[in-house]
Amino acid sequence: MARILAIAEQRDGALRRLSDEIVSAARTLAEAAGAEVDVLLAGPSGIGAAASGLAKFGAEKILVAESDTLKLYAPDVLSQLIADVAKNGDYVAIIFGASSIGKDLAPRVAAKLDAPLAADAVALEFDGGKVTVTRPVYAGRALARVSLDGKPGIVSIRPNVFRPQERPAGGAVEQVAVPAVESRVKVREVRTVAGAKLDVGEAPIVVSGGRGMKGPENWHMLEELRDALGHTCALGASRAVVDAGWRPHAEQVGQTGKTVAPQLYFAIGISGAMQHLAGIRSSRTVVAINKDPEAPIFKVADYGIVGDATEVVPRLTEELKKL
Amino acid sequence: MNIYVCIKRVPDTEARIKVAGNGTSIDTAGLKYVISPYDEFALEAAIRQKEAAGSGEVTVVTVGESNAAEQLRSALAMGADKAVLLKGQPTLDGLATARALAEEIRGAKPDLVLLGMKAVDDDQQQVGPMLAELLGLPCVTVVAEMEFEDGRVVCHREIEGGVEVVEAPLPAVVTLTKGKYEPRYPSLKGIMAAKKKPLEEKEAKLGEARVTVHSLQPPAEKAAGRIVGQGADAVPELVRLLREEAKVI
Repeated sequence: MARILAIAEQRDGALRRLSDEIVSAARTLAEAAGAEVDVLLAGPSGIGAAASGLAKFGAEKILVAESDTLKLYAPDVLSQLIADVAKNGDYVAIIFGASSIGKDLAPRVAAKLDAPLAADAVALEFDGGKVTVTRPVYAGRALARVSLDGKPGIVSIRPNVFRPQERPAGGAVEQVAVPAVESRVKVREVRTVAGAKLDVGEAPIVVSGGRGMKGPENWHMLEELRDALGHTCALGASRAVVDAGWRPHAEQVGQTGKTVAPQLYFAIGISGAMQHLAGIRSSRTVVAINKDPEAPIFKVADYGIVGDATEVVPRLTEELKKL
Repeated sequence: MNIYVCIKRVPDTEARIKVAGNGTSIDTAGLKYVISPYDEFALEAAIRQKEAAGSGEVTVVTVGESNAAEQLRSALAMGADKAVLLKGQPTLDGLATARALAEEIRGAKPDLVLLGMKAVDDDQQQVGPMLAELLGLPCVTVVAEMEFEDGRVVCHREIEGGVEVVEAPLPAVVTLTKGKYEPRYPSLKGIMAAKKKPLEEKEAKLGEARVTVHSLQPPAEKAAGRIVGQGADAVPELVRLLREEAKVI
């Protein structure tokens, strides 16, 4: 039977939420292709304990690669490991997450295997024996449907698009050896930003602020709103406020920042430049708060409030806390 | 340092993108083109490194059609020393692009190869690490800031919710994101000088492209929403709608 390889992600020895989506997407494609899913779970010693969590999303086999050389991100080791597993497994497709890990590894693996790659898939099909991918181009201003004309077809999937679906499968665990290569690329340290564990590109709820917040000193209002929305919420920012130095680029939403697809997107004090609107187009529900009733953001918002963001936001936080 | 910078000609980020009649590409009529913004960060980083060292050479390379020479001239005007146009049809197959770049760069044995972390047209984010693999070099992606210390590059790589401080031995491939390297505007002197700098054209050795575009479509338009109300007094109704109608909180 044909097989599809899903690459699970972990950080600090814990599975990343995206892993459920990666396995679910692989399983959906496998059903279309009449194939089974193998999951590769690589990480530090003890990571194998997380394997059971992946079987329920449709992993027939879980390949566990444990080594303390994988405590910190080691791209040279991981890409060699994935390429080795892929060569032994005769896979029709390899599915990564379009995260800072998956987007870094997938091209390395594609080059090692001399296989075609499509990044940031929002839909997957198996068409005429080829992995076929729908993916945004021009920051979401157009959708391209492309076929991968080689085996394996390598794909990274956009976060929040493929919903985790429980479809239990065998989940037999098999140990695989971590290749004894030394990573030339070495992580010296990881500096985390307090309260920002979740990236704006991956969060199911995003609170984005723009010029209408009037200054960086008012950002505590958005932080309080984020906290009131719970642990699945991340902060975003418009290009204008990133360029003005109010917020870091990592939070920027739009064509020269992150493209997002959350369940709920708050555009607060953001008028809606074309490149910003393109970057939020796949969001399910958009809420806009802006003092200008003519702002383009209202054309794409499901719900809008016309008003001063610095007055509306504290009230919104207060109302949400009552829930 | 001998530095190579790979750039791409792309439509301006504020351009209105329309699908062409063939249904597989965009309508290019009237579009303004620029160097992909992330590639400008790479170019700026290369020029600053050369300036700081007081020596070295910056070569800019692109895969594109004849008109991509415009972007190469802009790069020369910013401060690159020479340019190479690898003539060929840009493709969504990043591996084909990486192959053409590797063919050109391999023999030059650069100390450092810089690229933008992605081109803002295809948004694939893959040519940099593919090129590194083909050249057999270490690679660090999505870097906001770099420092050089005896034979290594130390990079601040953006990850979800933080920064990884990553080191790699030179020669290496690094892809840049927005951060320390806000690109300069070319000076008049730079623009004049660029006209005399070497710009070589040759055929791109892309090989077979194995990513085929079958259709290109505009995304489904969202139906316009509604204004719930004015000011803070509209908040309770908004919260009710988010709970009961949209069911998202």
